[in-house]
Amino acid sequence: MILDLAVQAAQMLLVLALAPLLTGFVRKVKARLLLRQGPPLFQPYRDLLRLLRKEVVLAENASWLFRTIPYLIFAATWVAASLVPTFANGLIFSWSADLIAIVALLGTARFFLALGGLDIGTSFGGIGSSREVMIASLAEPAMLMIVFTLALVAGSTQLSTMASFLASGEEGLRVSLGMAAIALIIVAIAENARIPVDNPATHLELTMVHEAMVLEYSGRHLALVDLSAELKLLLYVSLIACLFLPWGIATPDAGARALVIGVTAYVVKLAAAGFLLAIFETSIAKMRVFRVPDFLGVALMLGLLATLLMFVSRSH
Amino acid sequence: MTLTIILLCAAAFLIISALSLALHTSALGRILVYGGSLTVSAVGLAAGLAELLGQGPAEALTLPLGLPWLGAHFRIDALSAFFLVVVNLGAAAASLYALGFGRHEHSPQRVLPFYPLFLAGMTLVVVADDAFTFLFTWEFMSLSSWALVMAHDRVSENLRAGYVYLVMASFGTLTLLLAFGLLAGPEGAYAFGAIRDSHPSSALATLVLILVLIGTGSKAGLVPLHAWLPLAHPAAPSHVSALLSGVMTKVAVYAFVRIVFDLLGEPVWWWSMLVLVLAGITCVMGVLYALMQHDLKRLLAYHTVENIGIIFIGLGLALAFQAYGMAWASALAFTAALLHVFNHSLFKSLLFLGSGAVLTATGERDMEHLGGLIHRMPLTAFTFLVGCVAISALPPLNGFVSEWLTFQAILLSPQLPAWGLKFIVPAVGALLALSAALAAACFVKAFGVTFLGRPRTEAAARARETDRFSLTAMFALAALCLLAGILPGYFIDALAPVAQSMVGGSMPLQRDVPYLSIVPIAEARSSYNGLLVFLFMLFSATAAVLVIHRFASNRLRRGPAWDCGYPDPSPATQYTASSFAQPIRRVFGTLVFRAREQVEMPPPGDAAPARLTVRLSDIIWDTLYEPVARAVDYAAGWLNPLQSLSIRHYLGLVFAAVVGLLLVLAISP
Repeated sequence: MILDLAVQAAQMLLVLALAPLLTGFVRKVKARLLLRQGPPLFQPYRDLLRLLRKEVVLAENASWLFRTIPYLIFAATWVAASLVPTFANGLIFSWSADLIAIVALLGTARFFLALGGLDIGTSFGGIGSSREVMIASLAEPAMLMIVFTLALVAGSTQLSTMASFLASGEEGLRVSLGMAAIALIIVAIAENARIPVDNPATHLELTMVHEAMVLEYSGRHLALVDLSAELKLLLYVSLIACLFLPWGIATPDAGARALVIGVTAYVVKLAAAGFLLAIFETSIAKMRVFRVPDFLGVALMLGLLATLLMFVSRSH
Repeated sequence: MTLTIILLCAAAFLIISALSLALHTSALGRILVYGGSLTVSAVGLAAGLAELLGQGPAEALTLPLGLPWLGAHFRIDALSAFFLVVVNLGAAAASLYALGFGRHEHSPQRVLPFYPLFLAGMTLVVVADDAFTFLFTWEFMSLSSWALVMAHDRVSENLRAGYVYLVMASFGTLTLLLAFGLLAGPEGAYAFGAIRDSHPSSALATLVLILVLIGTGSKAGLVPLHAWLPLAHPAAPSHVSALLSGVMTKVAVYAFVRIVFDLLGEPVWWWSMLVLVLAGITCVMGVLYALMQHDLKRLLAYHTVENIGIIFIGLGLALAFQAYGMAWASALAFTAALLHVFNHSLFKSLLFLGSGAVLTATGERDMEHLGGLIHRMPLTAFTFLVGCVAISALPPLNGFVSEWLTFQAILLSPQLPAWGLKFIVPAVGALLALSAALAAACFVKAFGVTFLGRPRTEAAARARETDRFSLTAMFALAALCLLAGILPGYFIDALAPVAQSMVGGSMPLQRDVPYLSIVPIAEARSSYNGLLVFLFMLFSATAAVLVIHRFASNRLRRGPAWDCGYPDPSPATQYTASSFAQPIRRVFGTLVFRAREQVEMPPPGDAAPARLTVRLSDIIWDTLYEPVARAVDYAAGWLNPLQSLSIRHYLGLVFAAVVGLLLVLAISP
């Protein structure tokens, strides 16, 4: 019990501690691929600390909701991120929210972020919010279809059960799982505002989505919004890792050695994912906004097809 | 005992209505009607709760009213008790709200007498136990609500709304009349008890199902029978809109459940396909229509259509499971549907009451003329936000729980052997997921454009917070939304007797699950704990606030908005409801609404403004209603000469009709 609680607490702090590092790593690799020196690996931590210490400059007509939203987004994202297995499976609180609820928690965070974009009443905020909900209106059903597929494979919507089932290798290779994996990667790219859907490094461009929504945030509020975005990236990478690359993940009753292996494997997986993301982002151009629905439509169709195959092939 | 109380409540509503005729001009009339209705519906709520939670045996009572050889049968069982709770809870909230809101009514004599009649009608429908009483009270409910829809008859679009509503309501009652006629058979066994024992043949039952789906679906707002709903619901005063959308559509769901699950006997598997396909289309069409609106109340009304779709998905799945004798799975889907009935009655009432507060404060329903109301009406804004989060099915509020249960039911359906269902159910699941995501978009728009940003008109800039009665009602509903979201287990347990009596099974008792989680099937399969999620979020947010304010910075300075350095002082540069929906209109609307955008740019040098025209066409109205309306018009024109015949011709027609009927009798076996 105590050990379980410790693992859960370690997991909560680990995701918080590692999230900026992953973002920093992706930025660094991208810079090196473009033959630039790039910011130091730990720059995101410095940015966060600097922002936290700065005063907030709030627009004159900002409401109480605008000031509350960063905390709400952070809370929802952090709770969701701490329920995804990272280095160890069978987290003690995993029964409190299954994968559907985790997706919905991210939905809650996005709902408030989009409201934050509308609060000041500027055109940039509006453009960001309206595009964000358009992207979400396709990404979220695609994600739920992926959840359906996995739930039918594993016979459970509990993420821990799914992860240990897939780790056990009982299922072997399935077409549905392959389609779900591709769809999940597409959704992850869209949800985290990465190229080709959105550009995380942009400012003052009519194509931006996420950055346009958070344009009016400053100081500690911006720090929380940025940290939530970094947490979300880590969450999706952890999710892909624990479902489709479940090697090395520690089982619930494993000893210290398994935990060490789990942590090492997790860090290696994060680095690999960050590296691949950077390569992908540098090798592709950003899409026009109205090409994004086609891109996400692929994910939705793959998810639906995968679910349909599971419905047809399975009857228990 | 409970039944007697409920019937006395209905009688009390009628008396209040009669008394209000004498008092309608004074403030006393308002206090009598709404205060009286509040008291009576509180009694009805308590009686319904006692019956539902006490799990007493069903009670029946026959009054010497109605048809002389039949009498008026009334009966209360778990299903009736649950719907009594929904009806009376909604009625109590709306009445409390109207104690303050009714002050702004400019023609109270058009509202006050009909309001208690409407409540009486809804209360009686759910306890009626024979076809005659049921249809009588159903029509009573329709007509009294029609009178309320027509309360503001100076507005021309309300006249059209009232007309369409009347036509659709009569059509719905007609199909129900035929359905009961088929069920009662040639002997005219109209009592529900007799119908229950009659076991109609499968072909007859199918015909009844289709008629009932049309009759109750037109009242509930199933696509394509929804056309009247977004016209009529917003036309009524806001507290009545809350009842129409939050409660009366649920009475239609009651009628569907009562007839299909209770009276019709064993379902055939493909009935569920019919229900599921209609429900899935209803979900997505409802929310897409809602997204295209910029009238706040009409947006809410269209969104009711979506939620009815979600409820019917649950009911369709329950039918499918029942057809294959999987009572436990059927109970899960059925409970999900009923829980959504309850949840939707809470948050839709809340949102309509909020829109009423906005309407009173600004005189505007059009979101394009609102904005920034969160500064002037912070409490209304807060409750409206709670309603928006709940209806968007976001944790930790209640809308999520019932959608989550529906998803769990969908995940059980690969066990259904029928191939048709194997293809339909995943598609319906995808439609449900799509509509959930679009609902969130819709309510970001509704809240963001109405309450956030800068005021777009003087009226919005000068808005005042609404009165205490209204706020109390809205806060009570918001608190219930939270309560049902974090402690869903108790609400699910309360529905167990209903599921037991309708589908012959119930979900496992949730109060035995540790830590107040809900576990629909088995813990290894799925579980959700709203309380823990809520506490975790509360803890994380509080910890973040405390740590940051203690160790980092809590300084704050107000300055002009940044907006990339080019802030424009005109509120017209903000995103509006239409521009917010533009990306979604481009993605989905070109297909569904044949949306066309046309930009007219003046030639260079010309100072005329550029114009963007958006054209949307309502595909269902154009392809279904327009041809029918034209056909009726044509037939009416063609039959018109029959009105001015001589007496000889009329007698000839009567004679021909008698001969025709006799011939039919002679030929038919």
